[in-house]
Amino acid sequence: MDFFDRFAVPHPSIAIYASMAAIGLTVIAVIAGLTYFKKWGYLWREWLTTVDHKRIGIMYLLSALLMLFRGGVDAIMMRAQLAVPENTLLDAQHYNEIFTTHGIVMILFMAMPFIMFFMNFVVPLQIGARDVAFPRLNALSFWLFFMGAMLFNISFVVGGSPDAGWTSYFPLAGNEFSESVGTNYYMIAIQIAGIGTLMTGINFITTILKMRAPGMTLMKMPMFTWSALIANVIIVFAFPVLAVLLAMGTLDRQFGTHFFTMDNGGMDMLWANIFWVWGHPEVYILILPAFGIYSEVISTFARRNLYGYKSMVGSMVIISLLSFLVWAHHFFTMGQGALTNSIFSITTMAIAVPTGVKIFNWLLTLRKGKIVFTTPMLYSMLFIPLFTLGGVTGVMLAMSAADYQYHNTMFLVAHFHNVIIPGVVYAMLAGLHYYWPKMFGFMLNEKIGKWTAWLLSIGFIFAFMPMYVSGLDGQARRMYTYSEASGFSLMNMISFVGAAIMAIGFVLIVYNIYYSTRYESRDISNDPWDARTLEWSTHTPVPEYNFAILPDVRSNEALWDAKKNGHVLFKGDYEKIHMPNNSGIPFIMSCIFFVWGFSFIFSLWIPVIVTTIGIFVCMALRSFEQDHGRYITVKEIEETETNLRGA
Amino acid sequence: MKIDNSLPLEYSTEENSLKILGFWIFLGAEIMLFATLFATYFTLENRTGSGPTGAEIFQITPVLFETLLLLTSSFTVGLGIHAMRIGNKKAMISFFSITLLLGLAFLGVEVFEFVTYVHEGATLQTSAFTAALLTTLGTHGAHVTLGFFWGLFIILQVKKRGLTPQTTNKAFIFSLYWHFLDVVWIFIFSFIYLKGMM
Repeated sequence: MDFFDRFAVPHPSIAIYASMAAIGLTVIAVIAGLTYFKKWGYLWREWLTTVDHKRIGIMYLLSALLMLFRGGVDAIMMRAQLAVPENTLLDAQHYNEIFTTHGIVMILFMAMPFIMFFMNFVVPLQIGARDVAFPRLNALSFWLFFMGAMLFNISFVVGGSPDAGWTSYFPLAGNEFSESVGTNYYMIAIQIAGIGTLMTGINFITTILKMRAPGMTLMKMPMFTWSALIANVIIVFAFPVLAVLLAMGTLDRQFGTHFFTMDNGGMDMLWANIFWVWGHPEVYILILPAFGIYSEVISTFARRNLYGYKSMVGSMVIISLLSFLVWAHHFFTMGQGALTNSIFSITTMAIAVPTGVKIFNWLLTLRKGKIVFTTPMLYSMLFIPLFTLGGVTGVMLAMSAADYQYHNTMFLVAHFHNVIIPGVVYAMLAGLHYYWPKMFGFMLNEKIGKWTAWLLSIGFIFAFMPMYVSGLDGQARRMYTYSEASGFSLMNMISFVGAAIMAIGFVLIVYNIYYSTRYESRDISNDPWDARTLEWSTHTPVPEYNFAILPDVRSNEALWDAKKNGHVLFKGDYEKIHMPNNSGIPFIMSCIFFVWGFSFIFSLWIPVIVTTIGIFVCMALRSFEQDHGRYITVKEIEETETNLRGA
Repeated sequence: MKIDNSLPLEYSTEENSLKILGFWIFLGAEIMLFATLFATYFTLENRTGSGPTGAEIFQITPVLFETLLLLTSSFTVGLGIHAMRIGNKKAMISFFSITLLLGLAFLGVEVFEFVTYVHEGATLQTSAFTAALLTTLGTHGAHVTLGFFWGLFIILQVKKRGLTPQTTNKAFIFSLYWHFLDVVWIFIFSFIYLKGMM
C-alpha cells in the first residue's frame, strides 16, 4: 500500500471528497453524453485536431470560463472563512492551499487563456490574415496549456494542492516546509503550460510581423493588434526565465540540489528575484491586451478614431521595457538596502506615466464623441475610474519607505485586485460581449449584460475597499483567521457580502449565455456594433479562410474608411486558397505531456522515461512528415461566399 | 505553393520565410533562457558551501578540446550551408555529417568532464555552485544532444528527398541553432571556465 499512499490527499475533508465525487460524476457524464449522442468523431475531427485559429480561440475561451469558476469558488471560500473571526470553516492547511491555487488559477489558467482567446480569435482577423503563422504550433500551444491546467487542477484530489502561495517562495516551498507533492504540481504543471505560452508568443510575433494585409504598415495596425504584439514580445523574453526558475525549483525539491536551500551555499532570495523578473512582466502580458480591447471598444462606441494613436503605441513600448526593471518592488522589506529600494521605487513610479498617458488618451477619445452605452462600453467606463484608483494605490505601494507599513497586508491584496479586476477582468468581459456576435452569430443580451456589469462593480467595491482599511489597520494577508479583539470583523464581513454580490454577477454571465443562446435574434449583420476594424468586414460566422480576398488597407481603421470614405476593401478575383491540414499530433503529444508531468510529480521514473521517449517520437514523426496542406478551390469559395451573403 | 526563384531555396516560399523568422524569435527566447542560467551562476559562483570551488575542479585540457570541437563544427555547418546554396547535395551531407560527428565528440568530452567532477566530489547535490554549474553546462549539453538527433533526421531527409524548399529550410534553421549553441559555448568558456580558473 505504500505505493498508493503518495496519491492520498494530506488533509482530507468533506469538501474534498465531495469534489472528488463531483469530478468523477462529471467525467462519467461527459463520456456517456458523447457516446450517447455519437459525438466522438465530431469532437475529434472538428475540435481536438483543429488548427483553425478561431476554433482554438474558442477552446481557450471555454477553458478560461471554466477556470474562472474554479478560481471563483476558491475566492468565495476564502471570504467565507474570513467573514467572522475565529471561523472554523477551513483549517489553516486548507486555507493555504486555497489562496495558493486561487492565485495561480486566476492568473495563469484564467486570465492568460482569456488573453490567448482574444489574440487567437481577433489578431488574424484584424490584420486580414487567413490563419496564424504556424497553425499546428498554435494547436500544440493550446493543448499544452490545457493539459498543464488540468494537471494543476487534479492536485487537490490527488496528492494535495500546492500551499506555499502563488509566489512559492523558498525555503517555504522547499521539501522541509512543504512536504506534500503540492509544490511539485506547481513546478511541473506551470512548466507545461508555460511552454505552450512561449510558443504562442513566437507564433504571434511572426504572424503580426509577416502576415498583415497589403498596405497595413506597423503604424496602421489596429490598437489591439499592437497590444498583442507587445504582450507577445514580453512573453518571449519573460517565459524562458520562468522555465529556468521552475526547473531549478524542481531540481531542489526532487533531486536534492541547493539553489534555494538554507545550507551549502543556497540562496532563498534568488527564487524571489527570478520569480519576479518573470512575474512582473507577466502582469503586463495580461494588462496590455486588456488595454488594447478597451482601445477598440472605446473608439467604436465613442464613434471616434482613437485619440493619440502614436502615444498609445509609444506608451505600451515604454511599459514593456519598464516592466523588466521593477521586479524588486515586490520585496522592498526583504533586505536589499536603501539604494536598491530607491532605484526600484523610481522605476515603479515611472510606469505610472505611460499608463497615465493611456488613460488620458481614452478620455480624450470620449471627448466630443457620440457615446453609445452598450455593455462593452459600460465595462470600459467602469474600468477608467476603478482602475485609476488601483493605480494610485500602486504608487503608494511603490514608495519603498512607506511600503514597510503596507507590505504583506490586505492593503496590497486590495491594490492588486483593484488593478486586475477592473483592468483585466472587465476588459475580458467587455471583449466577450463585443466579439460574441462575431463568434456565434448572435448578441449577448444587453439588459442582462448591463446588470452584470453593475453588480460586479458594486460587489467589487464592497469586496475590496474594506481591505484597504483593514490592511492599513494591520490585517496581514494569507492569515486563515483573526481574533474578535483585532477589530477586523466588520470590514471582513462587508468584503464577504461584496464577494457574494460578485458571485451573483459571474453566475449572471452564464445565465446570459444560456438566455441569449435560446432567445436572441440570429438575424444580425456582419458588423452589428458599427465598428471600425477589419474583423467586422468579413462574414458572420467567419468562413474557414477568413477573407475570400485579402483586404487592401489604407489606415488603422480600414473598415471605417470603406464605410464612410468609399474605400474599396476587397479588390480582384477569387484565387484558390492554401490552408493547413488538421493534425492529431498536438493533442496526442500534449496527452503524453500530461502523463509525463503526472509521473514526474510523483517521482515515478519509469513512466517518466517512457513518456519522454514518447514526446521525442512525436517530434521525430513531425520532422519526417510531409504535409503541404490543401487548397480550397475557387468554386468552393464562390459557394461559401454566396451562402454567407444569404443570397 | 508559390516559389520565388530570386531567393535562396530556404527562403523561397512564404512558409519558409515565416519559419526562419519564427526561429530567430525562438533564439531570442533561448538567449533569455541562458541569460537566466548565467545570472544564477554568477550569483551562486562563490557560494560553494563545503564543496570545491571552480578553481579547484576546472581543468583547461578537456575544456580546450570541447571548444575546439564545437567551434570547428560551427565552421563545418557553415560550409554545409554553402554547399547547399550552390546545390551540391553530396558535399552538404558530408559537411553536415562531419558537424554531427564533431558534436558527438564534444558530448563525449563533456561526459568525461562530468564524470571527473563527480569523482572529485562536485556532484549536482554538493553545493549551490555545483548545482548552478552543472545545470548550465547540462542545459547546453542537452541542447547539443537534441541538435544531434535533429541534424541526423535532416540528413536522412535530404538524402531521401534531395534539396527541396522544405529540406533546405530545415537545414538552414538547424544551422542557425547550431551556431547559437556555439555562441553560448563561447560565453560558457569565457565567463565560467576562464573566469573560474583565474
